[in-house]
Amino acid sequence: MLAQAFFFWIFAAVLVGSALAVILARNPVHSVLFLILAFVNASGLFVLMGAEFLAMILIVVYVGAVAVLFLFVIMLLDVDFAQLKQGFVQYLPIGGLIAICVGFELWYVTAGWTRSPHPAAAAAPTALVGNTKALGLVIYTRYAFFFEAAGLILLTAMIGAIVLTLRHKVGVKRQDIAEQVARSPATAVELRKVASRAGI
Amino acid sequence: MNVTALSLPVVMPELILSLGALALILIGALRGERSVWLVTELAVALLGVALAVVVFDKRTEGVTFYGAFTNDGFARFMKALALIGSLTSLLLSLDFLRHHRYGGFEFPILMVLSTIGMMMLISASDFIALYLGLELMSLSLYVVAAYRRDDMRSSEAGLKYFVLGALSSGMLLYGMSLMYGFSGTVNFKGVAEALSGHAPVGVVFGLVFIIAGLAFKISAVPFHMWTPDVYEGAPTPVTTFFASAPKMAAMAVIVRIMLTAFPHISTEWRQIVTFVSIASMALGSFAAIGQTNIKRLMAYSSIGHMGFALVGVAAGSVEGAQGVALYMAIYLVMTLGTFAGVLSMRRNGEYVETIADLAGLSRTNPSMAFFLAAMMFSLAGVPPLGGFFAKFYVFAAAMNAGLYGLAVIGVLLSAVGAFYYLRIVKIMYFDEAAQPFDAPKTTQRIVLGLSSAVLILGVFVPAPLTSAALAAAKSLF
Repeated sequence: MLAQAFFFWIFAAVLVGSALAVILARNPVHSVLFLILAFVNASGLFVLMGAEFLAMILIVVYVGAVAVLFLFVIMLLDVDFAQLKQGFVQYLPIGGLIAICVGFELWYVTAGWTRSPHPAAAAAPTALVGNTKALGLVIYTRYAFFFEAAGLILLTAMIGAIVLTLRHKVGVKRQDIAEQVARSPATAVELRKVASRAGI
Repeated sequence: MNVTALSLPVVMPELILSLGALALILIGALRGERSVWLVTELAVALLGVALAVVVFDKRTEGVTFYGAFTNDGFARFMKALALIGSLTSLLLSLDFLRHHRYGGFEFPILMVLSTIGMMMLISASDFIALYLGLELMSLSLYVVAAYRRDDMRSSEAGLKYFVLGALSSGMLLYGMSLMYGFSGTVNFKGVAEALSGHAPVGVVFGLVFIIAGLAFKISAVPFHMWTPDVYEGAPTPVTTFFASAPKMAAMAVIVRIMLTAFPHISTEWRQIVTFVSIASMALGSFAAIGQTNIKRLMAYSSIGHMGFALVGVAAGSVEGAQGVALYMAIYLVMTLGTFAGVLSMRRNGEYVETIADLAGLSRTNPSMAFFLAAMMFSLAGVPPLGGFFAKFYVFAAAMNAGLYGLAVIGVLLSAVGAFYYLRIVKIMYFDEAAQPFDAPKTTQRIVLGLSSAVLILGVFVPAPLTSAALAAAKSLF
């Protein structure tokens, strides 16, 4: 129990610290690296709560794919962050106003918070079925519809990405392996008799 | 109705479309660019089959997937409308695509995928199904908006729609998470039960976000900013599609969520819907006056019409739901007819889209001018055309629900809106004749003629539509 509390505080402290560092770091690459650190610590918290599937998903999807993609985007696109920050003072009044409004609304909501008469019942912990297996048992049965729908959405995203980015440009020198393999000395080498001191 | 059963016949139309779309992708991928017309024709056939199943097969009614998917009379009515919208837009797009040589078999496939999303949205009876349907529908729409990627305006339209759409999805998700937090369930019926007592502030907060997210999809004020730019920038057949089918789905889900998930907090949402409705009607009426581009004008017109349809939602009664169903049906016919007219505005093989190009149409092409004039009178709500009855039903429902102020404001604003529709009629009939248009294509003629016929002759035989709408509305209560 003590060890669990100890790790909780470690993970939580590093999580909050690195989350702050994400928005405070001057260098955007450092921001993304701190973001990855935050994800890893959050997944540590999930493990402590017994949600090992969510922890793994967080590592695989967010660290493995999303954050790395962020890193690529930041390093490949030459975004001028100084220029992005230029309008800050100009937009401050309206932005601040919106922030105050939303902040007030949030306070208002939390002040009026009452517990629902039908609170969501936590699933009874069971030693027999692991998290992942339990999810697997419902996702292909009870939630099959959502699963298939999500599949269709991903398919649409894939088609959309291809439609909007794939271009068959003419005049581009593409490697055609079949053509390369099919070359023979007769088609690839040309023999010329060159007269002395004349050139071709 | 056994809600726990996994009953596949209930999702038969969606199943047909999904499997068909997968088959079309395979055909397209294997046969390459040569298959464009084959894929397009098959997509048309697929939508037709799905429409037939939705309309004629009563066995599809029921609830399945543990209450996440409801196919009742209302869902069938709205699905039929959405399918008619998709089918007609696809037919209208054939000549346009051929003219501009946008090869690519993906276009019809994306339209079919989007239609699947709409049907899932219409049938959604829990928040997860709603969100997935909405995303499937929107994702395809973003792509088809930017389909002419070499065209600056089309890319701009796609990007704008995508960024604002993502924002609205975020708002919707936030609202749904608040609802889940307060009710402990995502199922509409469960939410209604959990919220039957009083509504805490957080619920109202969530309600605002949900309505904001959905209002974006029907382009109601104040979430309409994207509409004129996207309608103008997207290729015209895509605009036709945007103005018709997705609106059916989004309006259907608004009606369903308000009446089945939040019936006990109707005082709360009625205020919001009333505000959105009045603002949309006002903006649609006033902002359209200064437009010169007919696609932009239709964008403002659709904003206004969504405002009128929301009057029926605000009523919140069987009559109101019937009014909305009827309004959407007649709006669909008017929109498809008008866009068939816009698509036949071609001069020397080039598409033109300013209102001034219509000048003197009555002398160069009298039949097209007559049909377009019928559309305009109907859009304005002049009796005895269909548009009048659409407005009549929603306003009558609002009066019976005691929303006199809303009804009076609506009638006044529809009079303001009549100005710019009648201005187009004036330009067509009384201005100096411009250079004549090329002869309209057969599909455009058929769609324009057919929709005019429905609007003009619908007066004499209104029973099939009104009784179908009434049956649809009753299935919600």
